[in-house]
Amino acid sequence: MEETAIKVENLAKAYQIGQIGTGTVSRDFERFWATKIRKKEDPFLKIGETNDRSTKGGSDIVWSLKDINFEINQGDAVGIIGKNGAGKSTLLKLLSRVTSPTLGEIKIKGRIASLLEVGTGFHPELSGRENIYLNGAILGMRKKEITRKLDEIIDFSGVERYVDTPVKRYSSGMYVRLAFAVAAHLESEILIVDEVLAVGDAEFQKKCLGKMGDISKGEGRTVLFVSHNMAAVKNLCTKGIVLENGKVVYTGNALESIDYYTDIFSQTFTDLPIRKSFANRAEITTFAVSVNNRIVQPGVTVLLGRKLKINLTVLLKDFIDDLSVAIDVIDKHGELMSHLTNEDDGFYMFKLKENDIRNIEIETSELLLIPGLYSMNLWLGIGQGESLYEIKNFFSFVIEQSDFTKRTKALPGHSKVYLHSSWKSQDL
Amino acid sequence: MDKDNHDEDWDLVIKGHSSLFDLKFNDLWRYRDLLLMFVKRDFVSFYKQTVLGPLWFFIQPIFTTIVFTFVFGNLAGISTDGLPQYLFYLSGITAWNYFSDCLTKTSTVFRDNASIFGKVYFPRLIMPLSVVVSNLVRFGVQLLLLICMMVYFGIQGANFHVTYAILFFPILVILMALLGLGAGLIITAMTTKYRDLTFLVTFGVQLLMYGTTVIYPLSAAPAEYKRIIELNPMTGIIEAFRYSFLGKGEFTLWSLGYSSIFTLVVLILGIVIFNKTEKNFVDTI
Repeated sequence: MEETAIKVENLAKAYQIGQIGTGTVSRDFERFWATKIRKKEDPFLKIGETNDRSTKGGSDIVWSLKDINFEINQGDAVGIIGKNGAGKSTLLKLLSRVTSPTLGEIKIKGRIASLLEVGTGFHPELSGRENIYLNGAILGMRKKEITRKLDEIIDFSGVERYVDTPVKRYSSGMYVRLAFAVAAHLESEILIVDEVLAVGDAEFQKKCLGKMGDISKGEGRTVLFVSHNMAAVKNLCTKGIVLENGKVVYTGNALESIDYYTDIFSQTFTDLPIRKSFANRAEITTFAVSVNNRIVQPGVTVLLGRKLKINLTVLLKDFIDDLSVAIDVIDKHGELMSHLTNEDDGFYMFKLKENDIRNIEIETSELLLIPGLYSMNLWLGIGQGESLYEIKNFFSFVIEQSDFTKRTKALPGHSKVYLHSSWKSQDL
Repeated sequence: MDKDNHDEDWDLVIKGHSSLFDLKFNDLWRYRDLLLMFVKRDFVSFYKQTVLGPLWFFIQPIFTTIVFTFVFGNLAGISTDGLPQYLFYLSGITAWNYFSDCLTKTSTVFRDNASIFGKVYFPRLIMPLSVVVSNLVRFGVQLLLLICMMVYFGIQGANFHVTYAILFFPILVILMALLGLGAGLIITAMTTKYRDLTFLVTFGVQLLMYGTTVIYPLSAAPAEYKRIIELNPMTGIIEAFRYSFLGKGEFTLWSLGYSSIFTLVVLILGIVIFNKTEKNFVDTI
């Protein structure tokens, strides 16, 4: 029978949102009075609110994680996936003991090491060698353990020539290499890794992924890996845990988990648009999307190679100079496929008067996205910087393969964009 | 106890609440190498890229002594119990500096290390302990300066002598360290919520120095204030320090005992509050 390495029971974590610090003395007293003297529940911990950022909750407390239960066996490589704000980072923080749970517990067998960041505690004035010792000790290694592995670490980092130079003189790439090298040589039974692989050059990333693969497959250690990079999760992990709004919604093998995640992500594309105003200075009052001069509804099927025309009506409530508009196109994995803005066309809207109602028409080039589900976010701001107004998920559409390409088979689903090509051949 | 805990033995159970007095000393011992690493880091980074290097350890007490001698000794004419002024002030400053460094530097531990604490777990107490040990190195160096001055003034035939109380010296150092540590721990734990305390500490420590017998001997204090000054636990320590090295000062076992009990209470309180705060401070800071 496989042995359990981590067991999580009824884990929950509440955060106080909004202002922390104002009125804390009186609030602390109120809390103390209610819990210690009257033996009642904490008045500021209302139960039942989930971590959904789009709806406004009634209290200042948000459950970032709630009723989390799962078990991880020894030797498993588990990918923890979820949207931003699903509670991944909080779970990671709890597992690595950076902060403690509000309710529930985590039981762990074996030494645990976590890598929420590479190079924690690196001191710029110290040499590479000194930092290996310092960082190693912070991560929980004993001095003699580091000495034993020193050559291996230096070798892996590839910065041997500069190992006695202060790290402040390192390039950022060298810095990361050295930091990861230390972390990769931790002797713990359980390793928790955040998206640290997002750093360093491609060659080094490959080396890191390889090392992590060795750790989980070759050495039989338990690895927990949190990432947005589905390809890396697919490569490294055998199991997956999907989080949504602070709850575990799926556990299973890695591939199924990725599919599940993709599903729940694309489901949100059918939700209503979410409007948000940052300053009461401008507002998008109406918008419409048309294909071939015909207005279409969200969820419409658009043929590959067609153009989208977007019509916006903007109400200005204030004088605005250099009004800018940006549109994000997102695929079903949540990856940004394209970002378009008025600057692309050298088009600017300077010195707009108060109470002006303005119509803006945007036409895209031919859509060459691989068939699948897409959604768009709309953003209104000043000079591509300051935010005024946004509509998340304002329009979703499905791209379908068309005669824009003459191929008969379907375009491969894991490719991202279609590049049209013309072909010639002649007899020489 | 939980039933599951009997079925399987876990190496680590992470829970929201634990006993107030679960101080995790095993953990602390396991990370002792880290403590030394931090001390080394503090020491090395202190003088890297400075011209005078470790000499800076001497410059601060020397100049403070000169200024004190000029202002309090010559202008104000405060008695130094018949001791050479330089020795009197330097001995007070050396001891006071150690205490105040321990206090002020541990009092900002959470804020200064928020980025490390937010990313990796190690027993948080390692950090303030390393501060106390780092400062001990500095104190040792400054003590050397005091001894050099004593030798110099001794050859000049100044009126002072080392007493048997020097045997208490290690205890005095431990008391100063732990008192500074304990008070610092309480303050750093409170500052995670109430930032106001940070401002209080910087000038509070400075004011406290005047409530301690650093610039005047206890014997010169007016009778009505003497009681209040004696309530300050640092007074007994500094007086004992001066008595053991220079032979002047009011050294009694009673005052030393009072300082010890005071220190012990502050320290235990400090560690308990610190341990309670460390679990969740990342969420509030």
